[in-house]
Amino acid sequence: MIEIRNLSKTFTLHNQGGAVIPVMHGAELVVAPGECVALTGASGAGKSTLMRMIYGNYLAAGGSIVVDGVDVVQSEPREILALRRDVLGYVSQFLRVVPRVPTVDVVAEPLLAVGAESEAARAKARELLARLNIPERLWSLSPTSFSGGEQQRVNIARGFAHDYPAMLLDEPTASLDATNRETVLNLIEEAKARGAAIVGIFHDEAARARVCDHEIDVSIYTPGLTAGAA
Amino acid sequence: MTPLLKVENISKFYGNRIGCENVNFDLYSGEVMGIVGESGSGKSTLLNCLAGFLTPETGEVRFEMRDGEMRDTVTMSEPERRMLSRTDWAFVHQHARDGLRMNVSAGGNVGERLMAVGARHYGNIRAEAVDWLGRVEISEERVDDRPTQFSGGMQQRLQIARNLVTGPRLVFMDEPTGGLDVSVQARLLDLLRGLVREMGLSAIIVTHDLAVVRLLADRLMVMKDGHVVETGLTDQVLDDPQHAYTQLLVSSVLQV
Amino acid sequence: MSDYNFAYLDEQTKRMIRRAILKGLAIPGYQVPFASREMPMPYGWGTGGVQVSAATLTPDDTFKVIDQGADDTTNAVSIRKFFEKTAGVATTEEASAASVIQTRHRIPEDELREDQILVYQVPIPEPLRFLEPSEVETRKMHSLEEYGLMHVKLYEDIAKHGAIATSYAYPVKVEGRYVMDPSPIPKFDNPKMEMAGIQLFGAGREQRIYALPPYCQVVSLDFEDFPFEASKADHACDMCGATDSYLDEVIMDDAGNRMFVCSDTDYCASRRKAGHVGAQGTPFEETAA
Repeated sequence: MIEIRNLSKTFTLHNQGGAVIPVMHGAELVVAPGECVALTGASGAGKSTLMRMIYGNYLAAGGSIVVDGVDVVQSEPREILALRRDVLGYVSQFLRVVPRVPTVDVVAEPLLAVGAESEAARAKARELLARLNIPERLWSLSPTSFSGGEQQRVNIARGFAHDYPAMLLDEPTASLDATNRETVLNLIEEAKARGAAIVGIFHDEAARARVCDHEIDVSIYTPGLTAGAA
Repeated sequence: MTPLLKVENISKFYGNRIGCENVNFDLYSGEVMGIVGESGSGKSTLLNCLAGFLTPETGEVRFEMRDGEMRDTVTMSEPERRMLSRTDWAFVHQHARDGLRMNVSAGGNVGERLMAVGARHYGNIRAEAVDWLGRVEISEERVDDRPTQFSGGMQQRLQIARNLVTGPRLVFMDEPTGGLDVSVQARLLDLLRGLVREMGLSAIIVTHDLAVVRLLADRLMVMKDGHVVETGLTDQVLDDPQHAYTQLLVSSVLQV
Repeated sequence: MSDYNFAYLDEQTKRMIRRAILKGLAIPGYQVPFASREMPMPYGWGTGGVQVSAATLTPDDTFKVIDQGADDTTNAVSIRKFFEKTAGVATTEEASAASVIQTRHRIPEDELREDQILVYQVPIPEPLRFLEPSEVETRKMHSLEEYGLMHVKLYEDIAKHGAIATSYAYPVKVEGRYVMDPSPIPKFDNPKMEMAGIQLFGAGREQRIYALPPYCQVVSLDFEDFPFEASKADHACDMCGATDSYLDEVIMDDAGNRMFVCSDTDYCASRRKAGHVGAQGTPFEETAA
C-alpha cells in the first residue's frame, strides 16, 4: 500500500546564507494493507519529516513514495489532493480548521469530500465524537475554543471519519487519558482489521507494542550529525 | 481529464516594466488556486489578464466552453468574452463598490445577471435573488435596501451572491477578504469554502494573506517581480517553501 | 426673409444633418452623432428638434409645432414663428394639415399618415444613462446588445412601488435590436410609435439624432408578470368628452376643484367643433379658442 524507495530530503535555508541541511538519505519503507509500522528514533531523527513527505506536505529531494499506485514525489497537486481525499488519511498533532465551523461539521468534512450524504456524514461524526467522549453540548461549537486534549480528540475523530485505506498517525495517543487512549487504540485496531496500512509515531511504548507490527528506526537514514530540522 | 483553464505563456508589460511574464498553469475543474506575492508582484495584473480586463502582450488563456471546446479568451470576440463573464465566469472585487451597483437595491444587484441572460419574470427573479441573499446570510428583509446601507462584510457577501447567481464555473477573486475585520473574514471564508464545495466551483484567488490561501486554496502560485517563483500544493509551499522569496514570505508572517 | 438662408441653417449643415437622419432611418433606434450647431435659443428649448426640422423642411411644407400637445405655449409659438420667419413655410395648428410636426413630449392623438413627418425634441437620448454614467460603456452595451440593465431599472421600480412607475420616457426596443429612449412622451403614447409616418429624434445638447422609419416595430420593455400598460387618467375630457385621449389635470381654484382636459389642443378643438361637449364644457363658438 505504501512503498518508499531511496528517499532523501534536504532543507535549503536561503535566508540563512543558503545553508543546505541534509536530513534524510536512502530511506526505505514498505507497509502492507492491514499492517501498522511505527517510526522510531530520537527527537530530530526525521520521523515527522518522513511522515510529512508521505503526505506530500514536504517535498522530497529524491526517491519515490508510492501510495496506492501514486508516486507522491512526482505527482501534480490535484493528484495528491485526490489521494488525500480518497486514500490517505493523516492525524496530525494539531487541529487546523476554519474558525466558526461547528465541531460536528469539522469531523464530517472528510466524508462530505468523498461525496457522502450530509446527514449520514453527520451521523458518523456524532458517533465518533461520542466514542471519544466529546460532550454533546460542544458538538455545535467551533473546536477553536476547546482545550488541547479536546482538540486532539476532535482531530482523531476527523481522521477516522472516512475509512482511508492508508493512514498516517502522528502521536495519536499523546495527552489522552486512559479511557480515550483505549478508544483510539481500538480505532487503530479496527482500521487494521478492515485492511488499512498505517504509519505511526508513538512515544507511548505500550501503545506501540499493542498496535504496531514492525518498528523502523529512522535515524539509520539520518546523514551524520545534523542540526536536526524536525 | 482536460483542464478547465489552460494558461500558456502570458506576459503583460507596462512600457518597459514587467507586469507579469511567461506565466503558465493549468486549472482543473473544482480546483482552487491561490496566487500570493507582495504588492507589485504582478498577481493582480495576471488576474486581470486572465479575466479579460487586460489584454496580455503574449500568450493564451484557453477556457473549456460548455460544449467542451477549448477556446482562447484573449483572441475571442468581445461579445463572446463579455457573455462568458456574465455566465460562466465571475469576478469578486476587493472593493465591493467596484463589483456592485451602489444605487441599485440588493435584489436588483443579484437580479442583474439573471436579467442580462434573458430572465424576464419579475417574481422569479426576485425569488432567486432572495434565495441567494439567504445563501450568503443576508436576510430577506434587506432585499430592497441599497448596498450603501450595508456593512463592508455584507457588501462583500452581496457581491458574491451577485456573481454566483448564474452558476459560473470559474470565479476570479481579488483580495476577497481585504479590508474586512478578522471576524468578518472568517465568516466570509467559511461561506466561500461551502459554496466552492457545493457548486464544484473552480477559483483563482489573488491575495497577500497566507492564512486565506491556507484555508481556501488547494494549490498555490508565488509571484515576485512579475514572475512565478514557486508553485505547488498549498500546505507544501507554506510548510516546506523551496524558493528564497517564499521562505522569506512565510517566515515574515506574524504568529498569533 | 432674404436675410436668412432657407430655414436658418446653412446648406452644408443641413446636408450633414440629413446624412445623420438617413443613417438613423437605416439603423432604427441607433443614436447617430452629429455636429449640433448653436441655435438662437437655449439648450432645453428644442435645439435638436429645430435643427432636424430645419434640415427636413422644404418650401412647400406645412409646419406644426406642439408642446405637451398644445399649439399655444411659448415654446410652440416661438418655434413656429422662427420657421415662419426663417423659412417662410406655411404653418398650421391642425395635425392632419401638417406635413412636418415638431413635438415636445407628445404624439398627436390623430393617427399620422405616410406623408407626414414627426420631429421629437429630445433632452437625454441615452436610455441607459441613469444606470451607467459612462458613455463609453453605454455605447459598448448598445453595440453588444447588453440590455439587462434596462430591466434592472424596471425591477427597481416594481420593488419600490409595486408596479412599473415609469410613466414617461418609457424605454422601448426597436425592431428587436436597439433599446431607445422615446423622449419624455407619456407611456400612453408608446403604442402609437408603430405608425405610418416617419419619426425623427433630435437631441441638440447631446448631439445625437435617431429615427424610426414607417411601420417600425417598437416594443415597450416589461416583465412577463408585469406587462406594459399604456395608462392615462381614468376620466373623460371635461371639455370635449373624449375618453380615448391623453389628459392633463388642471387645478381650477384653491378649493381643490380640477378638470381633466385633452393635452392635444387640436384634437380637443376639432372634437368640440364637431359638436362633442364634455362634463364642464360649453358648446363650441367660433370666437372662443
